[in-house]
Formats: sequence, C-alpha cells, structure tokens
Amino acid sequence: MRRLHVDLRAGLALVGTLLALLSIAFVVPIVTALLYGGEDLWVFVVSMVATAGFGLLLRRLDPNPTPGAREAFFVVAFTWLFASIFGALPYILAGTGAIAHPINALFESMSGFTTTGATVMETISVEEHSHAIMLWRQLTQWLGGMGIIVLAVAILSQLAVGGAQLMEAETPGPGVSKLTPHIAETARVLWLAYIGFTLLYIALLYGLHLTGYAPEMDAYNAIAHGFTTLPTGGFSPEADSMAAFSPAVQWLVIPFMFIAGVNFVLWWHMLAGDHTALINDTEFRFYLGVVTGMTLLLTAVLAVTASDVGPDPGLESSLRHAAFQIVSLTNSTGYASVDFDAWSGPAQALLLFVMFLGGSTGSTGGGIKMLRWLVILKSLRREVFTSIHPEAVRPVRMNGKVLNEEAIRGIYAFTLLYVAIFLVGIVLLAVDTARVGYDIGTIDLVSASIATLGNIGPGFGVVGPMAGYGDFPETSKLLMILYMWIGRLELFPVLVLLTRAYWRS
Amino acid sequence: MRVIVVGAGEVGRSIAANLESSHDVVVVDRDGETVEELTYALDVLAIQGDGTRLETLRQAGLDDAGLVIACTDDDESNVVICGAAKANGETFTIARVRRRTLLETWTGSEGAFGVDFMVCTDLLTAQTIFRISGLPAAQDVKMFAGGLVRMAEFEIGPNSPVAGQTVQEADQYDSLTFAALFREDRMIVATGDTRIRADDRIVVIGSPDSVTGFADDIVCTHDTDADEVVIVGASEVGFQTAREFEEHGFNPRLIEQDHDRARECAEALPNTMVMENDATDAEFLAREHVDEADIVVAALDGDEKNLLVSLLARRLGVDRTVAVIENLEYAELFETVGIDVAINPREVTAEEIIRFTRNDHTEKIAMVEHDRAEVIEIEVGPDSVLTGREIATATNDLPDGVVIGAISRGGRLVTPRGTTVVRPGDHVVAFVDSEVLDEVSRVI
Repeated sequence: MRRLHVDLRAGLALVGTLLALLSIAFVVPIVTALLYGGEDLWVFVVSMVATAGFGLLLRRLDPNPTPGAREAFFVVAFTWLFASIFGALPYILAGTGAIAHPINALFESMSGFTTTGATVMETISVEEHSHAIMLWRQLTQWLGGMGIIVLAVAILSQLAVGGAQLMEAETPGPGVSKLTPHIAETARVLWLAYIGFTLLYIALLYGLHLTGYAPEMDAYNAIAHGFTTLPTGGFSPEADSMAAFSPAVQWLVIPFMFIAGVNFVLWWHMLAGDHTALINDTEFRFYLGVVTGMTLLLTAVLAVTASDVGPDPGLESSLRHAAFQIVSLTNSTGYASVDFDAWSGPAQALLLFVMFLGGSTGSTGGGIKMLRWLVILKSLRREVFTSIHPEAVRPVRMNGKVLNEEAIRGIYAFTLLYVAIFLVGIVLLAVDTARVGYDIGTIDLVSASIATLGNIGPGFGVVGPMAGYGDFPETSKLLMILYMWIGRLELFPVLVLLTRAYWRS
Repeated sequence: MRVIVVGAGEVGRSIAANLESSHDVVVVDRDGETVEELTYALDVLAIQGDGTRLETLRQAGLDDAGLVIACTDDDESNVVICGAAKANGETFTIARVRRRTLLETWTGSEGAFGVDFMVCTDLLTAQTIFRISGLPAAQDVKMFAGGLVRMAEFEIGPNSPVAGQTVQEADQYDSLTFAALFREDRMIVATGDTRIRADDRIVVIGSPDSVTGFADDIVCTHDTDADEVVIVGASEVGFQTAREFEEHGFNPRLIEQDHDRARECAEALPNTMVMENDATDAEFLAREHVDEADIVVAALDGDEKNLLVSLLARRLGVDRTVAVIENLEYAELFETVGIDVAINPREVTAEEIIRFTRNDHTEKIAMVEHDRAEVIEIEVGPDSVLTGREIATATNDLPDGVVIGAISRGGRLVTPRGTTVVRPGDHVVAFVDSEVLDEVSRVI
C-alpha cells in the first residue's frame, strides 16, 4: 500500500476520544426520559453505549495521538460526521415517524449538530415524539453551536497543544484569537460565556411564563429554546416555531438571537471589564447597522405591500416580525415568528438577501459572515478609489489594523467558492427533484440550497418556515447533508479531504 | 563645566563650536583625521577613540564631566555611551537618535538607558517642518513628564464658543491650566479675569484628554481640507512629517516612488493618502492637482532632487515650498533660487541640544511663539522656592510671567491650584516668559 501522508491512526484515535466524550451528552435525554415516565429510555442508553464503545475502540488505534496540521482537518471533519451519525441513532431506534428512516435520521442529526434547523419531521410535537427525543434534537444544536471541538479543547487536557489547530480548522477565518496563553482556557472562556447566556435566557423565558406574559412557555419549552437560540439553531419543539408564543416572548428572543450572532470573544472582553470592546469593533458595528437598516426597510416594505403580519396588524407587529425575521435569517438562526412564506414578493426578496450575510466571525452564526462582506466592501471601495487615483496606495484596514493582501484574496476566494457551491446546489437539487417528479418552484430550490449551506434552516415554499424537507428524494437529502456539513465547517476542512493532494504529499 | 561630545559629525561639531567659549569641551571621534582637524579648528580637546569604550570616556575626563552628549551617527552607540556614562557617575547625559521608536521607549519608561535627554533627529526635523509650515489649523503640541502632560497652542476663531469669555468662564476642565494668550504681538499671562478674544492664540497645559477635549470644544469648523499638504519622498523625515501633520488633524498626501516603502507608509499612516509615483513626473503632478497644494515638502534623499522638486512645485504654482537639505552650505543657495525654507536636520538637532544645555536643571523645554516664551519641565529640588509652600504664596517670590501649568508626582498628574503644596521630587511643567527665564531657572 502506498504510504499516506496523513497519520490516519492518530486522526481516528482522536475522533474516537471526542466521540467518547460526546457520549456523555446522552445523559441529558436519559434524565429527561426518566422524568417523563421512562419513555424511550432504552433508546438513549443503547445510543450512549454504542457511541462510547465505538469511540473507545477507535481510541485504541493510537493511545497517544499527536495531530498535526493535516490531521486537524481530518479530525474536525470526521468528528462532525461521526457525531451526526451517532446522534442519529436515537431517531432510528425510537422508530417514530419519518425520522426513523436512516437517511432522514442522519439529515435531522446533521441539521442539529450544524445548527441548521432544517427538519424532515412531519409532525413536530411532543405528543408524537417523546420529550426525550425532542430534547435530544435541541441538545445537538446546543453542542454544535459553540462547537464540539471547542468544547473538547476546553475539557480534554491532551488537546492543550494541538487544540489551537483544531479550533482553527473548526472555525476558520480571522475570528478566534487566543484570549489567554492557554488555548484550553480560551475554549473554556468561550463555553462559559455561551453557557452563561443560555442560562440567563432560559431564566428570562421562564420568568415571562411565571409572570403571565407567556402562558405557553413552560419549563420544558424554556429549556428547549435556550438550547436552540444561542447556537443560532432554530429547532423549536413547536410546529409553529416562535409563532406559537406571545409577542413578549418574541421580543425577548430578538436580542438573544442578536447576541448569538456577535463574536463571543467580544462578550468575553465586555465581561472582563472592557466596556468599549463591542462598540469599538468594526464588525460589530457593521452587524448592528445591517440588522437595524434591514429591519427598518422590511418594516416599510411590509407596510407598503400590506403583507400578513399576524392577527393584530399594526406598527408594533410589523416592526416585531420584521426585526425577528431579519435577525433570525441574517445570522442563520432560522426561527420564524410568523409564516413569512405568505409575505409579499419584495419582503421575501429582502429575506432571501439577508440569508447570504451570515453572523459575525467567532459567533455561533453560520453563512458567509459579516467580516468577509465588510472586507469585500472595503476593498471594492478601494478599487473605485484607485481607478480615479491610479497611483494611490491604499491598504484595507479592519479595526485600525492593516489586512494583508493575501488575507483579502483568501476572503474573495472563499466567498466565490461559497457562491459557486450554492449555485451548483440549485442545479443538482433541480435535476434530482425533476428526476423523481417532485414538483418544486425555483425560489424553493434557491432557498433550499442557501438554507442548508448557510445553516439557516427554513426557506420559502416547500421548505418554508411552517413546512419541512421531508418530501425531497433521498439523493437530494444526502446532498443537503453534505451541504450542511461543509457549510458549518466553512468549506475547507471538508473540501481538502476531497483533494488528492491532501492524501498524497 | 566639562562637556564631553562623542561624535564629531556636523551635529557634534556645531555643538562643540557653540560651547567652546563657555565650557571645557572634549570631543571624541573614531576618525583620526577629523580629530586632527578639529584640534586646530576649535578651542576644544579632541581625542581619537571609541566612545562606547569606558577607557576612552575616562580618558576624556568622564569623572569630572557634568554633561555627556552622544551624537554619533549610530543610535545604539549613543545609547550605550549614555548608559556607560550614567553608570560611572552623576553625569547628565544627552543622546541623539534617529529612530522614533527608541524615543518612544525612552519617553514611556522614565530614565531608561541612563539617558537624561533624548533628541530624535528625524522627529525633530519633522516637527520643525510642521511648525514653520504655519497653516491656520495648526496647533503646537508638546508632551511632558513622559506623556502625562501636554502643552498646546490654539488659535481662537471668531465663532469659537470661548471667544468673549473670561478665562474663569472658559475653564470647564478638571485638569487644564490656561497659561497665556498671545494677542497680535503682545503676550498676556492668563489670570481669571483675562478675557479671550477672537484671533487670540491661547496656550494651555494639562492632561492629554483635557487638552483634546478643549481642542474639540473650541474648534467649530474643521475645514482641514482647505489645507492641502503634499510631502514628496517617504524618507524617515518625510514619513515623520506626514505623521506630524496627521496628528494635528491634517490629511496630507505623501508621494513615494519605491513600491515597498509606499506600502509600508500607507499601512502606518491611516489618514495620509500615499501615492506611488515619481514626483518629478509633471503629468502626474498635474493629474493629482499638486499645484493646488498650500505647501509642498521635499524630503527625498539627495539635496539636488529636493531642489528639483521644489522648483517644479513652484513652477506649478504652489504657494510654499519646504526642502530638507543635508548639506549646510547649500541651504542658503537654495533659498535664494526659490525654495521658501531649507531645513537641515543636523542644524535643527544641534540647536535643540544647545538650547538644552543653557539651563541645565530643566529636563525638557518647548519654545512658544518663536522664543517669546518657553514651557519647561523641572524636577523640583529641596532648595527650590516652590518646595513645601502653597503655590499662591510661592508665586509672590517668582518674577511675573510664570504660570505653573501642571505637576507630575510619582507618575500621577496633579493639577496645580492656589493651595497645592509642591514637594521635592515633583516635576513641574511651567510656562515662562523668555525674558525672565534665567531668573526662574535659578530659583526653582
């Protein structure tokens, strides 16, 4: 056999270690199952044993793995793939509804871990599925939000050295800087901020319930939404998503979705006492500006085109739904406060547009990301300027620091590749759905492609906020599983695995 | 006093020439010929040797020396010379450097390297260029006490909110002292009742924040676009000049031919428009409307090139041209053929050092309004007239024309009020009328 230039044993062993670690997460649905009368208890016990067993088995390949730069891509990509595969076990074992089918189960699991929030479930309800199954769905999003790898680096002492490389491969782009000399401490800080916001959010949601502003937001719902808002996930235990809750709840969700789309490093600086960290950050200001501007624009469009904003139309209602959908779709959360699929054409066009923006770097949001757009805008402005002044030398600055030209080229390359993959997705989905005679509109295809690649979840038409991905042919679902996977890891960790150069030097 | 000057280049030579009559001057240089020539040209003792060697310094009389001036062409050597001299005794040391970063390190860590006073040639030249360019929005700004205290001069516009107010009314700032007003040719030391008028130039001393705050408040319209500055050549002086203009709120243009240097400057200067081209390309100059510039600074390497650029700018119709001229002998000639001001960095440096040696207690001085007054920083000793007394009473023993602007005590800023008691070891930043300067430095 030709010698590989990737240390496969070390890579697989590390994936095994991470899987074994992940198996601990099954404790949550197990406890839930016990609380709700033991329904589906065995499903999670079996899944836990299977995950831990397989993980420990892989780990035996190399008791002391030291991953290098090459292995980092491998480890990250395969950890996410295996996490999704084992995360799908409960759906298959429980055997209820559409998600019992292996491909559907994998779709739902991948959608969870990548915080996409696209679902193939026919009936989203705790009557149909057990509380434990539903909570597992939400928990996968929470684990995937800040990142399985970041979590592992925070916990596993053996990743003290290789951890930085892994974290970088999981969240590429100039986002996660070392906050402290120890990478594990940085990972811990990020997760603590994440946990802190989640707990605060759950407490506030439940507080609304206790004070009577949110009759439907019981403890189970509060926790479920806590698990899916901060990772910008979007899985709700309610079929109507956030439309099932009172305006008070929706108003509370908006700032927390916004928070989830902000670079968590900035929150850490804020908590550490640097109160100007947020407002001094160019990307944050851009994010805030885009969300505010788009919200006002959408509010106006809703008013002019008289789009349906629910039972009590009015300025408050329009503003609330506009802000909700803009934040939700910009940073890839994917919640809906209303069935926006019924909105007018211009309003939908605006929503489709913001799906391409993405959250901030270092946030739990997916997509192309604010920073990349900002760099592209700045460098385009430079192009215009230098066409008038050909001799001018203009570096592109971000937060006062000069970006090197290679980084700018990298950002262009990423964005172009991203758009190319999105376009190819439309064509492949169109061909595949036509092959089986599944009748689907162009806008539906377009939104399905970006909603899975950008880890957003809902789109328009058959994939609208109150519908699902269940009717797609299995081949299309496999393609979308791939899209969610590469979208979450920002293309390269998965794509390099597909190149010959990666495997042979 | 015995003064040792290490390095007999233009700077060392003119310092030596200036001090030869009033002090015992020893000049050290590595070059034998220079030493021999100097022995006959000046009334000084010239020694051949390496100034970084303790033996050489001892031979020059380090043990009795009151002042060591290190002004060789090498930054590191100068710092080493000062460090060695300091370690050997209580000598006052002055180092000349080219690199601004060294100056910043020194200012940021008081007393670093055993240097008591540091002069940065290129920065000094840049500051001089800025000062003499005399643009309306310009404000003179100097730092004291390691950056803790700032002195600034502003021109009060007719629409400024402080125009017509008395000093007492205008004093809305915690850590700001109004030192003086310049009205046409007169200098008025500020008291509470002094009324500020439009077109006055006002000197304030205080914390950097309060000075910036004051500047923001009194300046009503920022029409900096009207002041077009073009700097040709991103030599160290050119670069520092651009930065100096930037720091005073201008958006200068900097023309540099070398690709890498242009990029480097563009990265370091966010508010400067850097252009990569040959500045003698007339077509380019016309396209970029260089003719509309208010001032063109020629800072290329090479006196001839600077002359050429200045003459070209003149022909295009630029109002004012400033050229950096390395060769002292050319300076006058160039001014006759059409350059407005020729600046020689070595001359500027020598002047600064000479000025400094005049009052040897002061750690730092700034000239205000072309020598009408000075702002000085003094470390207060036990026998000073200020020590242990409230400022209000102590000022009675000081001549008129002195304002205590700020006090730095152990790295903290103390804003002087009438009841403030000065302690030994405090650094006092004072505004002093030039006429009483000698008297003031004697009693403080």
